[in-house]
Amino acid sequence: MNPVRKRRLYLALFLLLAVSGTTAALMVALEQNINMFFPPADVVAGVAPTETPIRAGGMVLEGSVVRDPGSLGVEFVLTDRAGAEFTVAFEGILPDLFREGQGIIVQGELKEDGLFAAREVLAKHDENYMPPELMDIAGHQNQGADS
Amino acid sequence: MSRLSLFVPLGVFVLILVVGWFGFSLDDRRQMPSALIDKPFPEFAAPSLYDQARTVTRADILGRPTLVNVWATWCTTCKAEHAELMRIAERTDVQLVGVNYKDDVAKAQRWLADFGDPYDMVVVDPDGVLGVELGVTGAPETFLLDGEGKILYKRVADVNRRIWRDELAPRLARLGIVEKDLPEQGGR
Amino acid sequence: MNMLPEFGQISLACAACLALAAAVTGLGGNGARGELLRRSTVSMVVGQFVFSTVAFAILVTAFVNDDFSVEYVANNSNSLLPWYYKISAAWGGHEGSFLLWIVIMTLWMVAVVVRRQNYPQRFANRVLGILSLLNLGFLSFAFFTSNPFTRLIPMTPADGADLNPLLQDFGLIVHPPLLYVGYVGLAVPFAFAVAALLENRLDAAWSRWSRPWTNVAWAALTLGIALGSWWAYYELGWGGWWFWDPVENASFMPWLAATALIHSLAVTEKRGTFKSWTLLLAIAAFSLSLLGAFIVRSGVLTSVHAFAVDPERGSYILAFLALVVGGSLTLYALRGGGVRAAVGYQLMSREFFMLINNVILVVSLAVVLWGTLAPIGYEVLTGSRISIGVPFFNMFFVPLMLALAAAVSLVPVLNWKRTRWAAIKPAFAYALPLAVVGGGLTLYFTEPRLVMVALALMLAAWIVVTHANDIWKRVRARSSMPLSYAGMTIAHLGFAMSVIGVAVTSTQSIEADRRMAPGDQTELGTAAVQFVGMQQVRGPNYVADQGNFIVTPAGGSPYSLKPEKRRYLARGSIMTEAAINPGFMSDTYISLGEPLGDGAWAVRLHFKPLVRWVWLGCLLMALGGVMAVADKRYRRLRARQDAQVREVHESAAGQVST
Repeated sequence: MNPVRKRRLYLALFLLLAVSGTTAALMVALEQNINMFFPPADVVAGVAPTETPIRAGGMVLEGSVVRDPGSLGVEFVLTDRAGAEFTVAFEGILPDLFREGQGIIVQGELKEDGLFAAREVLAKHDENYMPPELMDIAGHQNQGADS
Repeated sequence: MSRLSLFVPLGVFVLILVVGWFGFSLDDRRQMPSALIDKPFPEFAAPSLYDQARTVTRADILGRPTLVNVWATWCTTCKAEHAELMRIAERTDVQLVGVNYKDDVAKAQRWLADFGDPYDMVVVDPDGVLGVELGVTGAPETFLLDGEGKILYKRVADVNRRIWRDELAPRLARLGIVEKDLPEQGGR
Repeated sequence: MNMLPEFGQISLACAACLALAAAVTGLGGNGARGELLRRSTVSMVVGQFVFSTVAFAILVTAFVNDDFSVEYVANNSNSLLPWYYKISAAWGGHEGSFLLWIVIMTLWMVAVVVRRQNYPQRFANRVLGILSLLNLGFLSFAFFTSNPFTRLIPMTPADGADLNPLLQDFGLIVHPPLLYVGYVGLAVPFAFAVAALLENRLDAAWSRWSRPWTNVAWAALTLGIALGSWWAYYELGWGGWWFWDPVENASFMPWLAATALIHSLAVTEKRGTFKSWTLLLAIAAFSLSLLGAFIVRSGVLTSVHAFAVDPERGSYILAFLALVVGGSLTLYALRGGGVRAAVGYQLMSREFFMLINNVILVVSLAVVLWGTLAPIGYEVLTGSRISIGVPFFNMFFVPLMLALAAAVSLVPVLNWKRTRWAAIKPAFAYALPLAVVGGGLTLYFTEPRLVMVALALMLAAWIVVTHANDIWKRVRARSSMPLSYAGMTIAHLGFAMSVIGVAVTSTQSIEADRRMAPGDQTELGTAAVQFVGMQQVRGPNYVADQGNFIVTPAGGSPYSLKPEKRRYLARGSIMTEAAINPGFMSDTYISLGEPLGDGAWAVRLHFKPLVRWVWLGCLLMALGGVMAVADKRYRRLRARQDAQVREVHESAAGQVST
């Protein structure tokens, strides 16, 4: 083979490997790392898988927030205000906009006993979750107090 | 083959564009659906804006189709919305109930005196207690109730002409409330 | 009544008219007798700049004068706001920030006008025409969907709704302008590429002309992204500095493409290969910054944000995107071929390593693009919502960046075309063992001990050793070092520095969330932290609970940190203000969570080693990029412009006749 052909062959092989490798890896990684979102009704009805990282959302039920006096542990109930409710346990610092009655999203795992063990709590309109280019966000003028 | 491969980037881009377009048209579905739809409007008791001693309850607003509008003087979008509310009040028989949200009573009274009062009654919710009850995330928000107090529709953000035409007017028409044919006054 | 905002609007309209006219003369006025048209393109470009700047100045004036009859001012300012934030609030919202985008666009166009003598007349005219066409798109977007001058009359509010407290910060005064300089600056190499396609002159010349523009835009983008990351770190109260959020990805994708472009432009200029690929990258880099604008401003990817987005804006940007990117890619598909170069190179050559660099960067780009768009695609296909976690991105970026680091480390020893083994040998025989020892040592000192971290540090050390050796050899031989070469070296060292920073701070940080009451003491790594107490403080437009913490590092003198929980008066919104003791080697970071009753607070304590290296590395990279532009090579261009331009004219004429 002449050198140019040889180089082309290497190049084509390299590109083929890179492309197929990346595609395969992207698919596998996506499979493992997506977090499905479930509303309270799905969590209660058993649609949501247990012991798998998922996201769930709902409103924090008024009067349901119970803090552990000795640690940062906290438990609260998420509701869709249509009868579906489930309890979330979280250990850590809640976002600034976490409030009773507020819509929030929790990320974590649903345990077999129906308790949702949250690793992360995100409040809607949450400043903590704002990306750095927040000023670009269209129409987001009155965040926090109003919409 | 090399000529065709030059079209690959274009193909990739078209694919992205299609995804972007569909994703964009999904946008409306992304908002958390209000769990209150088709549920009765919650019980409440709140003081009236003009007479703090008087308490308005859920029973007081029942009887005819009603728009409950959550507003505040600190909210600029509410000002943009105000003209549309004035128009609705003038041209229809729908009952308009204002919920003055996390606001100052004196400021709110002055606001209505200055810009006009579209509401049949206004209640005050200085601490946002009623707002929590309603699952309000901010102002403005507007609820459409039928005569029995069932919530038919909820609008987060301003009620504008488009929302009126596409969402509110058809629902109100089903409840027997139609827009009166007044001469358009300096329409927009 | 103050009529200034109306003048602002008229100004915008004038700029749009000029943009339209300049697009026509720029793209059409290329006939033999087009001299007059070409001159008018130039003056109309300057006119766009003047009118856009006037409009922007009027908007700033409205902010400074608290003119709340302007809706945008009412939504984004407040009379209590300090004056400097009143000015920066002008780009604190969608409409104003887009006006700033336009002003920066026209600034770039004026810069092209200033340097137009370096390019053939027709070519420069085309470039200005393409830029004007883009600017017309921007201006009409502003005018029809995002007018910052809309009035709230007669219902003028007494006071404004205030600037979002998160934006009341120095970092956010500087961050958007810098980022836009980068985003919009990529329009220049884009215009050069499209002009080259239109003129059918795909020689090495256009790549030489593009290089300085690409470098400056890339440097600004680098700084903008680093600044945004730094701001997220100190302002969000989480201690994180990169979240793989869609909006961050929107700025990262054009950066990756531009980085690849810088490298492939070098190959195209020096060796005349990769031509078609370089064109594609130039188109892609700017297209991705437009895609970023779409993602950020249309609300299509809002993660957990839910806010009313005007559907008109999204459709407009999408249509604009389809036209600009679709059009240029079609042009590329039709004209971009037939530039096959017959230049050969071997495996151990700079060309081949540039190719590796480009493949890695483009794969990284594909990963980010995939991770950003997959949630939309998934929802379209299945109807259920997903989010893609940070592990997805990390899983790819760790090996990809390690491979890139390995490639970078060999750059100083590689020659164009082919490299003799004798030249490469020291990099493997001396530098690599040194780096391995360095990496091995870190394995001993770090906790937890991670192979990936050791590998990252080893490769970073390899980069430093080979580049330092290169500098040393040049100094010893008293051979000159062109600024562009020095710039490259500095940028590569900056990359190594960022790699070290990222590897160490993301694995070796200590993070603790604690419940603390006044008087409580806790430990953070080797330091002791004592919570002294809380007090109320007042700022110009907020009140705050301020905590007082005394930190005593092991063997160091104690200092105090005062994190705050602020409540901004105009909106009643709550903000966490972290307190940071910054250091070259490590940061100590404390932020307040929520009060837990009985005077106790949830407290977040972080010890972050080498976190600053992440941004300092970016600073070095940007510095390198700018240094390369200052190279004599590009300045000399002007001195010999006449000869060169004449030569180019001749070759262009030759091409037309064939």
